[in-house]
Amino acid sequence: MTLAQPSTTVGAQNNIPPIINDFCITFSTINGSGSATSNTTLLRALFKMGIPVSGKNIFPSNIQGQPTWYSLRVSKDGFLGRLDRDDIIVAMNPDTIYNEQTFLVPGGVLIYNDSLVLPETRQDITIYPMPVKALVKEAEIPPRLKDYIANMVYVGVVSQVLGIDLDLVRQALDFQFKGKQEAVDINFQMVALAAEWARLHIKKTDPYRVEPMQETTHCILADGNTAAALGAIYGGVQFAAWYPITPATSLAESLNEYLPMLRKDPQSGKNTFAVIQAEDEIAAIGMAIGAGWAGLRAMTSTSGPGLSLMAEYLGLAYFTETPVVVWDVQRVGPSTGLPTRTAQGDLTFANNISHGDTQFVLLIPGSVHECFEFGWRAFDIANRLQTPVIVMSDLDLGMNQWMSPPFEYPSEPIDFGKVVWEEELDALIEKVGGEWGRYLDVDGDGIPYRTLPGNRNPRAAYFARGTGHNEYGRYSEHPQDWMRLMDRLKKKFQTARNMLPKPIITTMENASVGIIGCGSTDFSIREARRLLSRKGIPTNYMRVRALPFNNEVVHFIEKHDRNYVVELNRDGQLEQLLSLEVPHLATHFEQVSRLDGMPLAANWVADTIIAREEALQ
Amino acid sequence: MNRSPVNGVPAQKIVVNRIGLSRSDYKGNPTTLCQGCGHNSISSQIIGACFELNIPPERIIKFSGIGCSSKSLTYFLNRSFGFNGLHGRMPSLALGAMFGDTSLKGIGVSGDGDTASIGLGQFKHLVRRNAPMVYIVENNGVYGLTKGQFAPTAEKGLHLKKQGVNPYMPVDICMEALVSNATFVARSFAGDPKQVKELLKAAISHHGIAVLDIISPCVTFHNHDDTLHSYSWGKAHEIQLHDLTYVPARDEILIEDFEAGDTREVALHDGSVIRLKKLEQDYDPTDPYKALHLLEDAERNDLLVTGLIYVHPDLPTVFDLYNLVDKPLNRLTAQELRPSPESLERINQLMF
Repeated sequence: MTLAQPSTTVGAQNNIPPIINDFCITFSTINGSGSATSNTTLLRALFKMGIPVSGKNIFPSNIQGQPTWYSLRVSKDGFLGRLDRDDIIVAMNPDTIYNEQTFLVPGGVLIYNDSLVLPETRQDITIYPMPVKALVKEAEIPPRLKDYIANMVYVGVVSQVLGIDLDLVRQALDFQFKGKQEAVDINFQMVALAAEWARLHIKKTDPYRVEPMQETTHCILADGNTAAALGAIYGGVQFAAWYPITPATSLAESLNEYLPMLRKDPQSGKNTFAVIQAEDEIAAIGMAIGAGWAGLRAMTSTSGPGLSLMAEYLGLAYFTETPVVVWDVQRVGPSTGLPTRTAQGDLTFANNISHGDTQFVLLIPGSVHECFEFGWRAFDIANRLQTPVIVMSDLDLGMNQWMSPPFEYPSEPIDFGKVVWEEELDALIEKVGGEWGRYLDVDGDGIPYRTLPGNRNPRAAYFARGTGHNEYGRYSEHPQDWMRLMDRLKKKFQTARNMLPKPIITTMENASVGIIGCGSTDFSIREARRLLSRKGIPTNYMRVRALPFNNEVVHFIEKHDRNYVVELNRDGQLEQLLSLEVPHLATHFEQVSRLDGMPLAANWVADTIIAREEALQ
Repeated sequence: MNRSPVNGVPAQKIVVNRIGLSRSDYKGNPTTLCQGCGHNSISSQIIGACFELNIPPERIIKFSGIGCSSKSLTYFLNRSFGFNGLHGRMPSLALGAMFGDTSLKGIGVSGDGDTASIGLGQFKHLVRRNAPMVYIVENNGVYGLTKGQFAPTAEKGLHLKKQGVNPYMPVDICMEALVSNATFVARSFAGDPKQVKELLKAAISHHGIAVLDIISPCVTFHNHDDTLHSYSWGKAHEIQLHDLTYVPARDEILIEDFEAGDTREVALHDGSVIRLKKLEQDYDPTDPYKALHLLEDAERNDLLVTGLIYVHPDLPTVFDLYNLVDKPLNRLTAQELRPSPESLERINQLMF
């Protein structure tokens, strides 16, 4: 080989102890250049080595040509949250290489494409150049593929530098290209060539490396949107209408991918489902609500701007008591905001969407495993309560790959709720004394019985309306009818409290401080708690999973004088909702919220709480 | 086929249809619209059409948006399920609901504001999907429920008491339907109940979307003799394209033949036939180009042309595209809806 290049170690210590399976590596590339394949290949190879790993795609709202980053976190302790520093940076983008170094820790590593002009560099890092162009040339890649394959060079170099098993890289490529041998071969050839070059020419002076573990043996690697779609399929979804929007699009696309695989009638080969791409979000929710009214397990998936458009229709569903499931994969708002960045900023809006007195059931999954669970459970809850259920996911959870325990088969049978068909209706009419009413509270739980279109019993039909109505669905402007109806809807939400997923509470010895969070911040909060306890601040932690809140949520708040409510928005929306629930305990809350478009980092959470605690001393 | 006597007392002679239902089985609640409102006439033609077509009311679902027209849903077919939804959004609601049981027939009632203003987008998308339902626009050119504002179908230059003069060109609902590839487009006039009923029967039998734009005068806010949406103007300016008769499939042999050359026949998907007896011109309703031309002509010459403007009886509906199981989706059991535990194991294997 003629491509010898010196590796430079500037000021890094050669004798520092190795750092094994505990670092963050960020790949800085140009979007549209095919780097996603390289990044996930490394992610999968590490996962196959048994090392806990997570990948976060930090990408622009753009198709091609803009900077994009992918951060891979390797964590022997299983922490999957974001770190706000990098140990290793792989720089492939000339526009960002200068800035990149500022994120490196002292002693960190900069691996860069040697055709980029290396700016004046920090003195406390290790630098490895990669002769990308020359290696691609040597590999004799067909010209049309050159730009895409070039990113495989860093897969090979990084594998060699860190000690990633190339056989596992090959397995990852096999998966990526679904066994298409030619594609696998051409990519792997590049990887192997680059790794061999690195073996010969890079003198490793940095401390980072990987070693096989057994921590991922029974785990899967999945994103939350795929998990949600699969959960919905096992929950019996029959109808989905959607409109493309980042970051929710891949949820509906996963339905399209897996439904034909899982939900064809075995005898006839015909579908037990329908998915429609609607003309906009208003039509998407309208179709889903129509389908829900007709008795289908119906859903839509969207993000903030779409949810805004759905507000009017969700009010209709609340008021006509129509089950429907809405997945809100949150991104940064207000307005168009940051379409490709993550947030938890739709909580207060979703809770009371639509005009008049409304309330909505929210489910907040905190992992891909829970995305799957809430995927099926949301239908049962919506049908049991006859009301919309909004599932609050977010971009970080929905679009990034997470390691997770395998999806668990639903633990409860499908619940259609209080639906009565022909014969059951006759029995019910007898029970209620001769006249059936769609909105009669027969059982005292606020939840009435409903019939579905197609029911041939001549007494089954009723008229659903967004206007005032009495127990029999008849138009009414009578003050007493209105009050009775609205009070019953409220009662239904009291019933809901005890049906919804309870919070997950974990405690530490001698803890007097509480932390409350929800959703995808779970990973960072768990890590922050370890940082806090090392600083002598043990904490109890409650992850809220549903609204309306149940009693356990209130008890947790009561137990702690200070509950730090950690969340990914500007205004502390979860804290606001909790304060409304327990106004007499409003002084027990401390807002720890932040919104810069990035997933929360554990050290920011810990530092913020430490500073507040110290201020109290 | 009278109903059997009760307690030995002979039943009154009640006219029943082939499925043993009387007209009253198709009725709704008493109307609360203004006396003389064109919408009431349309409601009773819906009752008549369904009765005469022998459709069990349970096989129909009703939909509407918001406005006077949309209120009329409760004045017919009490034994049918119905959903009075949001302003301009009935199409999406109806489409989703009909997926629940695609053997049901949808009847949607909307108004000119509901369809041609706030709802124009959803209307056109419902049309382009060829959802199998009857979509009736009770078109009076005015907002009634909010007391007399211009509707998008009001003609340019129309003068209304509080609003002044309408400065804009109207939206032509039939034209919008046509350019969105509707498979059945008709215009009629509430003052011509016979034609309304025959068109309704054909529309209900049509395999696909059937748009009926029915000029339905608002007697309270917009019934001036010289304006397009009034009874007197309609009566004076209506030009019937043809004398239209709907012939159910099984009755075909009972109907004596028209003179050859005098009639056109359009066979619908279910075997029924629309007979179009030639009047002043020989109009071919299967040619979309001629249909557009006709509508353009009518507008330029200030004519209310009524009848079947366009029909394509044999295109697939939206439901034909989804390869759905034969059983209605809303009757599938838990077992039919949840894949096996073994399948989830295979899915987990794929998650890497």
